[in-house]
Amino acid sequence: MRADLTLIHDWVHDGARVLDLACGDGTLLDALARDKDVFGYGLEIDPDGITACLERGVNVIEQDLDQGLANFDDDAYDLVIMTQALQALRRPDLMLDEMLRIGREAIITFPNFAYWRHRLYLGFKGFMPVSRTLPHAWYDTPNIHLSTFNDFERLCLDKQLVITDRAVGNGAHQSHWSSRLWPNLFGEIAIFRVGRGHARQQS
Amino acid sequence: MPETLPADSVGLVTPQQQHFDDPLPLACGKTLPAYDLVYETYGELNAARDNAVLICHALSGHHHAAGYHSADERKPGWWDAHIGPGKTIDTERFFVISLNNLGGCHGSTGPCCVNPDTGRLWGPEFPVMTVGDWVNSQARLADRLGIERFAAVVGGSLGGMQVLQWALAYPERIANAVVIAATPRLTAQNIAFNEVARQAIRSDPDFHDGWYALEGTVPKRGLKLARMVGHITYLSEHSMGAKFGRDLRSDELNFGYDVEFQVESYLRYQGDTFSTAFDANTYLLMTKALDYFDPAAAHQGDLAAALAPATCRFLVVSFSTDWRFAPERSQELVDALVRAGKPVSYAAIDSLYGHDAFLLPDTRYQAVFGGFMKRVARDLGLEGS
Repeated sequence: MRADLTLIHDWVHDGARVLDLACGDGTLLDALARDKDVFGYGLEIDPDGITACLERGVNVIEQDLDQGLANFDDDAYDLVIMTQALQALRRPDLMLDEMLRIGREAIITFPNFAYWRHRLYLGFKGFMPVSRTLPHAWYDTPNIHLSTFNDFERLCLDKQLVITDRAVGNGAHQSHWSSRLWPNLFGEIAIFRVGRGHARQQS
Repeated sequence: MPETLPADSVGLVTPQQQHFDDPLPLACGKTLPAYDLVYETYGELNAARDNAVLICHALSGHHHAAGYHSADERKPGWWDAHIGPGKTIDTERFFVISLNNLGGCHGSTGPCCVNPDTGRLWGPEFPVMTVGDWVNSQARLADRLGIERFAAVVGGSLGGMQVLQWALAYPERIANAVVIAATPRLTAQNIAFNEVARQAIRSDPDFHDGWYALEGTVPKRGLKLARMVGHITYLSEHSMGAKFGRDLRSDELNFGYDVEFQVESYLRYQGDTFSTAFDANTYLLMTKALDYFDPAAAHQGDLAAALAPATCRFLVVSFSTDWRFAPERSQELVDALVRAGKPVSYAAIDSLYGHDAFLLPDTRYQAVFGGFMKRVARDLGLEGS
């Protein structure tokens, strides 16, 4: 399993109700169902991902995240997960609100645009970065809202959300979860675990 | 039938019949004292008797879902694209049962049979059936065949409604539900189209209030019109356009009311064929069963509450150009299942072929449906190719 998924796997508590937005081939939900007795649904639009989920026995619903999540009730889930998809959405900020409306907690992973290699690429070569985590050219990339580790943290602060955990990883998604000191510079993948702000919790 | 059978065909099949003497109470308050159900089976029931799959048919469907009745039969069963060795519903793994519903006109007890109480044809006096009545009769057939629990119950359109009913009425007897191109209830527009079809039949002078068989007539014109209007709703604007466009039968306009456009010719042909092959009372009854189905009605319209009894896994499939039972209707069902916390998967297939897409082969449809059925087989430990 991808290392960011392994980390998320460790963060999920037994018996949680989980919604996995852009669940891909269902690897995470499948592992969570087996190891932690988690019940949940994955949302996906990629046909191959959907078929893989069905063959695995993962509940998968074909739904475009850009159409919103109005069909999910408030507080219906313990946890809403989104791995490597936030940057491809039309309004990541509204999605974050929606995730924390539906779930008490959200886990989000995305490519960190401020990773040192990306900085070198843009700063010295003068081209939009192309890397393991950002493999597309500027004209055909689905990643329309790239951001940095710091950007996301600021968004959470602006929204008065509670960041319960944050981590970074490298693009091969293997180990190296130790760049705690300079995450914005050395983290290739950013991983955040956030909860509702106090205002929201009290309401 | 082709000269050599394709390897993925179930081959020659013979319909079977079961007689039931235990009266069947119906939703309308009447009771069917005794009845016959005609059905076909494909594949083998395993020793554990847990590999059975029930196929529920749609409005004008019947028990002949796959294979050929004889070497002379031109076309295979109506769902042959999806049932057979190695196909979506793999008969090397599953024991497939497909029956003709009560009230039908293909062998099971219906308006064309004799009412034992009166000694004459049931005709229009055959009780109006509901989806719930059908499912109750199907459960009795399952009892008779020694099937306690279906690995899956599967159906498209009106068949999908029966699948849903199975999940609610007999939750302990169904492990998986596949609901294709269906809806949890008809819209006003759906009911309106059904009413046009019914009026077409009932206003045919040959209908004789449903006693046409005693009068020696057949309300062909009514049935033909009903089928024509129905057929339009089964196709998409695109599929009709691609098939016929504005093509004319002759080179020029003839400024009259005979068939001019190819689409007119096609619809008339479809209507004519249907009007001699299908029973008018059956058609009326089937459209009523469609209109009445609404499991949420008993729960003040709360579909999620209505779905509470279900314990099976669901697969819901819709087709993008289906405007008879549009993807939004499937989405409603999926949303309610999610709200009710039921295991459900949903695939919205891109298709050009409207409602009829559920009958046709399609790469993605087969991948989705087949992927789900593979998992069903794997969970049961069924051997397969």
